[in-house]
Amino acid sequence: MTTTDTRAPEVDPSLVQPTATPDTGGRPGVPMPRLVHVELRKMVDTRAGRWMLVTMSTISVVVLAVFLIWGPADEATYGTLLGLTSFPLVVLLPILGIMAATAEWSQRTGLVTFTLEPRRGRVVLAKVVAALLLGLVVTATAFAAAAVANVLGASVGDANGAWDVTWQVTLGVILGFAIFVLQGLAFGFVFLNTPFAIVASLLLPTIWSIAVSLVSSLSGPSKWLDLNQVTEPLFSGSMTGENWGQLTTSFGVWVLLPLLVGAWRVLHREVK
Amino acid sequence: MITVENLTKRYGGFTAVDDISFDVRPGSVVGFLGPNGAGKSTAMRMMTGLTPATSGRSSVLGKPYRDLHNPGRQVGVMLDASAQHPGRTGREVLRLAAIQIGVTKSRVDEALALVGLTDEEAGRRVRNYSLGMRQRLGLASALLGQPEVLILDEPANGLDPQGIHWMRGLLRGFADGGGTVLLSSHLLHEVQVIADDLVMIGRGRIVAQGTKDELLSRGGTTVRSTDDRALYAALERAEVPVTRVASGLVVDAEPGIVGQMALDERIVLLELRSGGSEGLEEMFLSLTAATSREGTAA
Repeated sequence: MTTTDTRAPEVDPSLVQPTATPDTGGRPGVPMPRLVHVELRKMVDTRAGRWMLVTMSTISVVVLAVFLIWGPADEATYGTLLGLTSFPLVVLLPILGIMAATAEWSQRTGLVTFTLEPRRGRVVLAKVVAALLLGLVVTATAFAAAAVANVLGASVGDANGAWDVTWQVTLGVILGFAIFVLQGLAFGFVFLNTPFAIVASLLLPTIWSIAVSLVSSLSGPSKWLDLNQVTEPLFSGSMTGENWGQLTTSFGVWVLLPLLVGAWRVLHREVK
Repeated sequence: MITVENLTKRYGGFTAVDDISFDVRPGSVVGFLGPNGAGKSTAMRMMTGLTPATSGRSSVLGKPYRDLHNPGRQVGVMLDASAQHPGRTGREVLRLAAIQIGVTKSRVDEALALVGLTDEEAGRRVRNYSLGMRQRLGLASALLGQPEVLILDEPANGLDPQGIHWMRGLLRGFADGGGTVLLSSHLLHEVQVIADDLVMIGRGRIVAQGTKDELLSRGGTTVRSTDDRALYAALERAEVPVTRVASGLVVDAEPGIVGQMALDERIVLLELRSGGSEGLEEMFLSLTAATSREGTAA
């Protein structure tokens, strides 16, 4: 497609007439629901975004099927199955957040997005809300898939089929997923580059874990600063007061801090 | 209405845009001219709030761009037609913009028809678009919110002469209806036909600006005769500013005055013309040659 463009369509002049749209009424800025709508749509209207969701659901379904067919039948309860579907999502949800954060820069669509809404802080907020909403949908799907698997396992096979998920676990899984989506967004905003952000979000926690295992004096702080470690009681619904403190500090270091740094970068970076 | 006052952008020791000031009045088209790398795009990004200015100000419709309530409805901007997600269809790109600025779905179809993208083409992914089609999509996106002001960076890129002619008509109609248009180009003849005012920029600085007619007449009168030396002497005696060039003489006076003088001196004229477009072209080349990246080869 390198041919030059020769078309000269008939122009209805009324359609290109300038129309005054005065700045009257309302607060400045594109209304937040519209911004969130656009950001949600942008996450699912490209192949990359759609494949991300398809990959997530496929892995979850495969994991569930494998466990039901070959796993120990008496352990196949709702709680176990939910835990199994959660495992791949914990890895993939941050990537969803990263892609939402970096696309404006890697595909240069920011040139349009930020001319239509120059108050970039509002775009950042809309992305956070949109990614959380999509994360919530993914979470709901995980609950549903695990429930279907639980019913199937007990009725078709000889699985245990117990409904052993407490409200603490339910809330814990929802909160945990939200944290991982936010972590992805935060890393995306910090690096504004998809591969860098993905590698960093996968490697940094691992490097931290290795450092902890090598340096014994780090094992104390590690209990407070390892996001994977501190979310374990969250997913199992066994949070204690100290666990909440550990979760909060980890959240501050791995999510809130990069989110603030990243938001500052988005607000001040030149859009080219 | 666009106002630019002392706008400056420095990157470390490099000054990309150096203290430029100009206005674009409603109802007019201003051509922002300069060789590649002269600072046109940087200046336009500063006007639209994408690049923070080192110093100086700019405003659109009386406000800094960042203070506009819903800029998509007031200003149509196209800075780089290639900056689109290659995986989205043309229609989807416009749908996203339509949701964000709050216009209806039917306006998307209107905008597509306006720039001549067919339904089939609008359903194709931008990855498979030619540069000309991307330009049309960018223009559709700029016109989507029925703005009062258009800011377009190199809109004629990738369009062939008919396409350029079509776009000129569209922008002229927009300006005649009271709209404000700023468009950049690195080709003089591309904007010469449509622009009312010209702002020429080279290496970040404005090298010439004014109405097109003013800049055109500045080219003077070019004259060639059988006896240039005698004509030169006569013009000198009459205290008319005149300079010798390779192809004859360039006189700072109306062609009629020069012709009358040649008649009085009984000198046969071989050529007599006002500077005209060629004069502006020469001026553009000479003004930008010193500052262009290609040097004199431009």
